[in-house]
Amino acid sequence: MALFRFKDRKTEELAAHLNDHAKAVDEKELFSFAPYDPNAGERGGYSGYSYWRSTIRAFRKNAVAMFFLFIIVATLLFTFVEPLLPYEKEPNTIYYSEQVQIDLFTRQPKLDENGNPVVKVDLSRDIKPGKEYWFGTNAIGQDLWSQIWEGTRNSLFIGFAVACVDAILGILVGVLWGYVRKLDFFFTELYNVFDNVPQTLIVVIISYILRPGMGTMIFAMCLTSWLATARFVRNQVVIIRDRDYNLASRCLGTPPWRIMVKNLLPYLVSIITMRMALAIPAAISNEVFITYIGLGVPLETPTLGTLVEAGRKVMSSASLRYQLFFPVVVLAVITISFYVIGNAFADAADPKNHVN
Amino acid sequence: MAKYIGKRLLRSLLTLLIIITIVFSLLRLMPIEGYFENFEKLSAAQINVGLRQLGLKDPLPVQMLNFWKGVFKGDWGVSHKYAVGRPVLDIIADKVPVSLRMGLISLGFALLLGLPLGILMARSTRTRFKIGDKLGTVFVVIIEGIPAAIYHLLIQFYGSKLPGGFEMFFHADKPVTWILPIFSLALGNIAYYAMWLRRYMVDENNKDYVRLARAKGVSGGKIFSAHVFRNAIVPLAQFIPTSIILTLMGSLYVESLYSIPGMGGLLVQAIQRQDNTLVQALVLIYAAISILGLLVGDLFMALLDPRIALGKKEGDR
Repeated sequence: MALFRFKDRKTEELAAHLNDHAKAVDEKELFSFAPYDPNAGERGGYSGYSYWRSTIRAFRKNAVAMFFLFIIVATLLFTFVEPLLPYEKEPNTIYYSEQVQIDLFTRQPKLDENGNPVVKVDLSRDIKPGKEYWFGTNAIGQDLWSQIWEGTRNSLFIGFAVACVDAILGILVGVLWGYVRKLDFFFTELYNVFDNVPQTLIVVIISYILRPGMGTMIFAMCLTSWLATARFVRNQVVIIRDRDYNLASRCLGTPPWRIMVKNLLPYLVSIITMRMALAIPAAISNEVFITYIGLGVPLETPTLGTLVEAGRKVMSSASLRYQLFFPVVVLAVITISFYVIGNAFADAADPKNHVN
Repeated sequence: MAKYIGKRLLRSLLTLLIIITIVFSLLRLMPIEGYFENFEKLSAAQINVGLRQLGLKDPLPVQMLNFWKGVFKGDWGVSHKYAVGRPVLDIIADKVPVSLRMGLISLGFALLLGLPLGILMARSTRTRFKIGDKLGTVFVVIIEGIPAAIYHLLIQFYGSKLPGGFEMFFHADKPVTWILPIFSLALGNIAYYAMWLRRYMVDENNKDYVRLARAKGVSGGKIFSAHVFRNAIVPLAQFIPTSIILTLMGSLYVESLYSIPGMGGLLVQAIQRQDNTLVQALVLIYAAISILGLLVGDLFMALLDPRIALGKKEGDR
């Protein structure tokens, strides 16, 4: 009977492997003393093992993650290439069609007083996806295809910028907050202060003081986004700061910064990378939220947030649902890609997964 | 430990003071147009009278002092924009129970489903085909990938068409109408808890002591319940008290979709309409409970993992 359990099959395999080995050497060799070799003591030690190289190698073995990485890179590149392609429409131009009015009686073009033909201007509003407008047009006649790529670029930019500040500030504050006991009170109270001043209030005030736009938006989001990461990292550090290996390090006189960099951070790599991978989609959905409460970036800079919000408004009529569908699909693909990449990288970052 | 808690509570008072001062000053930066419905038609004198009535003409420290005096007397001021003339405490007391009940049910639901799902996913990473893990990941990815505003809409839209008397809107006296909003609220949390619990458990699973236990022949179930889960739940435990307390904040999306008269969006509306007294009261309440939540979370974490020492102990840095 075939063995179904993974464990049993593995055991079988190992046993077979050992048996093969035993057959290859003869009895005498197995049961005689090895000669003394002074060089044997020098062997081992340096193995050419590099943590990051192994991590990347383990990551590259994961075909699904590589596929999603490719998608993200391709999307990012395409958002830059798209405006340069020929025949591309402008994201902010309002398109319209002109029709020469025909006189019903004479079947000739109508003329005004100056002798020019009368032209009726028709805004290309709510046109369904087709040859001319690949993703259709929105409620005021802008081309959704180019708006979506422009919006994706802007949103990814906001996401990367916020995630960078998030990572740097969050990890720095989190590790100090968790490890240095003297700073515990200071950072706890600092966190409480920042966490409890409502984000809405900050965004409102900032958009009164500064000109609304991408920079302002990023600034406003950076002010509060690092808090969650800091608290997250701090909790992890509090859990491991008094483990025996850190105690041993302290007894041996390792300076605190070295404990933080060499003992604590490497332990947290997998969790931090997962967190960072989710920070970019989180920034984008935070932007969707800010747009939802009516404080987003101005309309001439399309982002996924403004596009989703615009689509949400027309969702009740079935024929216009494509205006919601396309931005949501792009947003979902980006989020899913980052999630899968983050998870795969977190798995690859665990050194126990490097040996195989 | 008691000393640590006492110290932290004392400092929290100071923090509350700082938070209120900051919010107070920020609110005074708002443009004065926002305080009046028909600003363009008012004369300068009328505006002056209006501002004096709102107490905005006094110097900032005097205003602060008046506010704190009121807070200790139990008079938190009246709303002058959101519900003109009603005491803000009344407004809040009306809305809190609705959000709290709904939030607690959905959080309980999320913990009951999310944690087992996380455990299931983590355990199935050790089986051959990892079916449970893959299915769970698909669920988590979908929930994380689609913006919350959208799937709430979809649930309302298609859920209300199902047989069983689900309705588009919420009625407090018909329990059936509660199901959809609670389900909407819980989905995000289920995915969140499952995702992180899986991550922590998989990390824990690779530890040497777990391998040793496995090599010794301890049964898989025992390893998971006694070692892996016990260690993996610690980082999540810190967040649980905060999420329980914060359910009374309500949810902006869900409550506005189903027209639930809860707390969700109250703060946002109060800020946008410049109802200062309401904003101050809300910030004070939210700040107090979230500070408490952080403290309780820390204690909870220390309780679950005896190796964590929050206060001073010997051999300290």
